[in-house]
Amino acid sequence: MELSYYPGCTLKTTARNFETTALAVLELFDMQARELPEWYCCGVNFSQVQDNLMLQLAPLRTLMRAKQTGSRQLLTLCAMCYNTLRRAQQFIGEDEARRATINDFMDHEGGDFTGDEVEIIDILTLLKQIGPDKLQARITRPVSLQVAPYYGCLLLRPRTVAIDDPNNPQIMENLLSAVGCQPVAYPFRTDCCASYQIVNEPQIVHSQTKKIVTSAVQHGAELLVVLCPLCHYNLDAVQAEIARAERTFKTVPVLYFTQLLALIFGLPAALNDFGTHRIDPVPTLKAKGLL
Amino acid sequence: MTAMTLLTKSEEINTMKPKIALNKKILQSAGATQVSEISGVNVFACYQCGNCSAACPAVEFMDLPPHQVIRLVQMGLTAELLKTNTPWICLACINCTVKCPRGVDIARVMEGLRSIFLRDKFEHINLNEIERRLREDLPQIALIANFRKNLQ
Repeated sequence: MELSYYPGCTLKTTARNFETTALAVLELFDMQARELPEWYCCGVNFSQVQDNLMLQLAPLRTLMRAKQTGSRQLLTLCAMCYNTLRRAQQFIGEDEARRATINDFMDHEGGDFTGDEVEIIDILTLLKQIGPDKLQARITRPVSLQVAPYYGCLLLRPRTVAIDDPNNPQIMENLLSAVGCQPVAYPFRTDCCASYQIVNEPQIVHSQTKKIVTSAVQHGAELLVVLCPLCHYNLDAVQAEIARAERTFKTVPVLYFTQLLALIFGLPAALNDFGTHRIDPVPTLKAKGLL
Repeated sequence: MTAMTLLTKSEEINTMKPKIALNKKILQSAGATQVSEISGVNVFACYQCGNCSAACPAVEFMDLPPHQVIRLVQMGLTAELLKTNTPWICLACINCTVKCPRGVDIARVMEGLRSIFLRDKFEHINLNEIERRLREDLPQIALIANFRKNLQ
């Protein structure tokens, strides 16, 4: 099965690990994610103002390109891209006047876009559709590992784009169980990592990272898994900073969800560049027989 | 505290002049209308339960917790709000909105307040002040999201 794929900018730079492992995992289930021949930055953070349509053009332009490929499904890996594309799609889908203005403005780019031509799908939902039996059948390195799933914000909020119950999501827990891991229950899995405030207000990120990591470790986590390159930076790089400043701080390695799957499914470890991780995951992965 | 001083205290409170006299004119003032127009949110649905502030992961860094911000917006005091750090500390994580029992999209109100400021002043951050080390290390999405929230 083929589906369109929108990588977004970070998947081509700091989150290469996420892309290479996700695409390789999907190949195992005979799914070929075809990168859009032409795509743009989605704008990262959905603009919540009602009266400025210009701010929606970037994600909509990408959706128009996706429509032109003829593929019904569009895969996004990055949680921020997923959120922005879905909300832009809803923004014009729910209001005829907005739709008309946008279509007039983008007439020369293919126009006539209603917003519902493309189904934007995230990797977790896609894996859920593949089903636990097929996932289980692919396990080549069975592992006993306590994994803390970290959802963050953008796959769950607002409700209109949530991939699962925004207050008590279970999708990642179920997938982890399907591949033989033990999901760790801890209270901060849907809390914000403080996101882009790493630029202006890093103290908020420090406070959140410390809270999230400490809680996960106290509840027995040996590994933390994420689906957003910014969550990864905040939980991995900032965690390393905290560890340097506080000797007693207990760290936990942070992987993209698909990195863990790729290892369990026996895909080559070379798909990962573990050198990009600030909290080295290699000792844990070796101890667990995943490397 | 004796019964007498308690009594005096309550008399004092009863005769105290409110800082803001609420009336129809204030409630329909331009401030609240402007925020509603930009954000599309009916702030008058809020009944001040404080769930949003309880859910906010960054509330301890804010001058005013989110529910008080909504109260001031109801009163049309947006000019006052632009002096607080709350809209700029907001992480846009949308936790407040999900937890609101009245369906008030608080995250959108924060964006509306940021927009009012940015449309007037153009920028809230100085790009040259971002450390080079951070600029080169961060994933692009951190920088772009930051620009989207702090620049017009």
